[in-house]
Amino acid sequence: MPTYTLTINGVDQELEADPAMPLLWALRDVLGMVGTKFGCGIGQCGACTVHVDGQPMRACSIPASALVGRSITTIEGLAADANLTALQQAWVDLDVPQCGYCQSGQLMAAAALLESKPNPTDDDIDAAMAGNYCRCGTYVRIRQAIHQAASNKTAMFYDATATNAEEDVA
Amino acid sequence: MSLQNEHQQVVETVEQALSQEVRRLSETESGLTADNLSRRGFLKLSGVAGGGLVLAMALPSTKSMAQEEQDITGSMELNTFIKVTSEGKIQIYAQAPDMGQGVRTALPMIAAEELGVKWEDVEVLQAPVAERFGVQFAGGSLSVPREYQKMREMGASAREMFIGAAAAAMNVPREELKVEDSMVIHTSGQSMSFAELAQPSLANQPVPDPGTLKFKDKSEYKIIGSSQITGIDNTFLVTGNPLFGIDIKIPDMLYASYMKCPSISGKAVSANLEDIKRLPGIKDAFIIEGDGNFQQLLSGVAIVGNSTWAVFNAKQQLKVEWDTSSASKDSWTAMVEFADGNKDNDGSEPIAEVGDVAAAFADPANKVLTSHYEYPFLSHFCLEPINCTADYKKGENGEADTLDLWAPHQFPARMYTAAETVFGLPKEQVMVHPVTRIGGGFGRRFTSEFVCEAIAISKHVGAPVKLTWSREDCVRHDFYRSGGFQTVKAAVDADGKLVAWQNHLFATKLGERYTWEGRLNETEFPMLNVPNVKATKTPYEIGTPCGALRAPGSNVNAFVAESFINELAVAAGRDHLEFLLEIMGEPRWFEEGNPRSLHTGRAAGVIKAAAEKAGWGRQLPAGQGLGLAFHFSHAGYVAQVADVTVSSDKKLIVNKVTVAVDVGPIINMSGARAQVEGSVIDGISAMVGQKITMEDGAIEQSNFHDYPVMRIPATPEIDIHFLETDNPPTGLGEPAYPVVTPAVTNAIFAATGQRIRKLPLREHGYSI
Repeated sequence: MPTYTLTINGVDQELEADPAMPLLWALRDVLGMVGTKFGCGIGQCGACTVHVDGQPMRACSIPASALVGRSITTIEGLAADANLTALQQAWVDLDVPQCGYCQSGQLMAAAALLESKPNPTDDDIDAAMAGNYCRCGTYVRIRQAIHQAASNKTAMFYDATATNAEEDVA
Repeated sequence: MSLQNEHQQVVETVEQALSQEVRRLSETESGLTADNLSRRGFLKLSGVAGGGLVLAMALPSTKSMAQEEQDITGSMELNTFIKVTSEGKIQIYAQAPDMGQGVRTALPMIAAEELGVKWEDVEVLQAPVAERFGVQFAGGSLSVPREYQKMREMGASAREMFIGAAAAAMNVPREELKVEDSMVIHTSGQSMSFAELAQPSLANQPVPDPGTLKFKDKSEYKIIGSSQITGIDNTFLVTGNPLFGIDIKIPDMLYASYMKCPSISGKAVSANLEDIKRLPGIKDAFIIEGDGNFQQLLSGVAIVGNSTWAVFNAKQQLKVEWDTSSASKDSWTAMVEFADGNKDNDGSEPIAEVGDVAAAFADPANKVLTSHYEYPFLSHFCLEPINCTADYKKGENGEADTLDLWAPHQFPARMYTAAETVFGLPKEQVMVHPVTRIGGGFGRRFTSEFVCEAIAISKHVGAPVKLTWSREDCVRHDFYRSGGFQTVKAAVDADGKLVAWQNHLFATKLGERYTWEGRLNETEFPMLNVPNVKATKTPYEIGTPCGALRAPGSNVNAFVAESFINELAVAAGRDHLEFLLEIMGEPRWFEEGNPRSLHTGRAAGVIKAAAEKAGWGRQLPAGQGLGLAFHFSHAGYVAQVADVTVSSDKKLIVNKVTVAVDVGPIINMSGARAQVEGSVIDGISAMVGQKITMEDGAIEQSNFHDYPVMRIPATPEIDIHFLETDNPPTGLGEPAYPVVTPAVTNAIFAATGQRIRKLPLREHGYSI
């Protein structure tokens, strides 16, 4: 079995795996990094979204061996240090997750969006997030959390009055 | 006990028991009586007679209990659900698994409120799977109503113990003390923190008699109903921590896949096993005979290897010869033809008969309407694929075999039953480990067939294995929401009043049992509110496994009844809102004395609220319409008004859904809103695009490309209003789901004049 080195969350990791093994399974089964989730295996659901050189990609559909020399970021590496990013904090404060299973992929897609468009519109969010399914239907709060992170608001908890207050201002 | 249909039985049993319990409790004002032996026994179980904090069970007699004993060291147990650490932090056991419905947050909130602890000082632990925690079952929107009173008692009991310890330490009468924000405070202003009180003296406090416990008044609540409390696992979720069954990894674990016959219940005869075994990363491949029971262990081919990818990859190259002689022969096309040929008949089995529908239909003064409705089979499509980790160890030197199990399961204790029934392993030899989170349940994870598969594979290879189903496996081997057909006929009199209602249900049946959708209750709205009623069913044997899917039964009956009521209102030239309220009639219980039966006053309350908030009756531009629907399910009252726009090319935009809900007081405000938001989106998702079909017993869909889930751009505005009436709190995982479909299809009618009697919408050319 060949060995190769991947740069994951800034750390070089050597792994021994079939060169055809998708990054998803190299992360989960070989390296024990299980934050990246398996949902469909055909690049449709977005649960396995990671960043490769800053771009969101489906880990189930890229062989890990093709990523030697590229910079891979997973959900475990989204917060650069012990502190949550503004995006993760917004996700916590607005109580976005229901079952939570798709949320790693949602966050990775949202983080990539904010990187390219720091102040996205609803249309930008729809375009960037349309490939990430949420079976529980957390889309309302995903939109809100991305806006909240973009505007760097202090923690605003989810409730109806907060939403209405915003509408009043608009 | 056979596992056949056990989950349906369990849900029914729990629902029945709960209904009786709620009825009994409602008979006493306090909700708790001195002769309530079962409750008292429950609390006493956690404390040694005469007081003390030691777990009642002294010596572990089973593998599971040994594990629990280890689990409780390091902190003091105040009662079954509440422990305190030496730093004064409060640990509360979450009784049931969390699959997104929020019980890991909501149930501990109830106990924390009565205890008087600051929410930041609470740590939630997942309870071991053990009888002392009661029914550890997540489903039927039952967790909150089942556990509410018990959680209050646990919290209040622990609070009294803190007060007792503080009274002794401060040398003041306990009546002069109160608990707030993790402090016991004396009327003088002197106070002691939970941390200061976490001493052996706390351990010596007697466990209070539950009959003496007092509960907080709503006005004192700091935790219950707060919108500032969010999901207990959020931080772990947003940082990718392992919380799900599929994340389990144990030493020396191998990975497995399992290929079953596409025609459900077929048998594997032979396969290219030697070719498979030579593939990279593959350790073994073998046929499992199975027992022919799709709730237990169907025949198939197991592949075991050193990664999920290796076994998935090998599965692609697997060639199996199947014996389909005993397999399902179901055909959706044939079902449609059968229903079409029988829609004008009466069903052979009676459900309800009141008054004289025939006379009402024959009366020339009445307007009579007949419609035929159709709804498809649905798959659950939980995003976390089905998985189970099993470690079957052969006993050495005459010792008994042992088994460890981890799986996302809505009723984990049922894994013990499966191990015993199918593998003959008594509970003493088995350990079911709790799993913190489940990646979506929706009723899919009551069965244990995947657990049996993992056990069989681990036993065969003599190593721990994690079995993971591919998405295709999940879609092709689900326990589906049954598809079906209903022919409804009704009469309105010259005043436009509903006077007769008839329903003929095409009722799918698996062996002796009807599917959830094959049962129509005689109490189903509006049958108790109409003077002439007739309901019958035509049984139809199927071989496709069916089970509970979010608001089972209700999710098809709401579509039929609420659409047809709209048809009747239109035919009678009446406003839907006014017509619906008239049918509801005077405020009363459908079943006097049963608070889980429908109360027409509460129903009217949500209907009026949704209509008012949505601006019912306002003028809208061409192509836009409002649709109203109400449904009562799982003791919850939900009315919705959908506001939709339909373009000339049938692009459907759901602009807004206004939802009014009465499930009594709300425990977890954010979580409750999330359930409603999710139900609306889930409902739209299914209504627009989802349909499972089968031919020759094989499911024809396989993944997201042919079973579309709604994406973010289609998300409507969702405006939610909780009425919070003074009734016992009931669950909210399900009641909002069935309502959105008829609300939207009635709105489509208002916008376009096209009546939707068949789902999904994409078969009529609609898209979102």
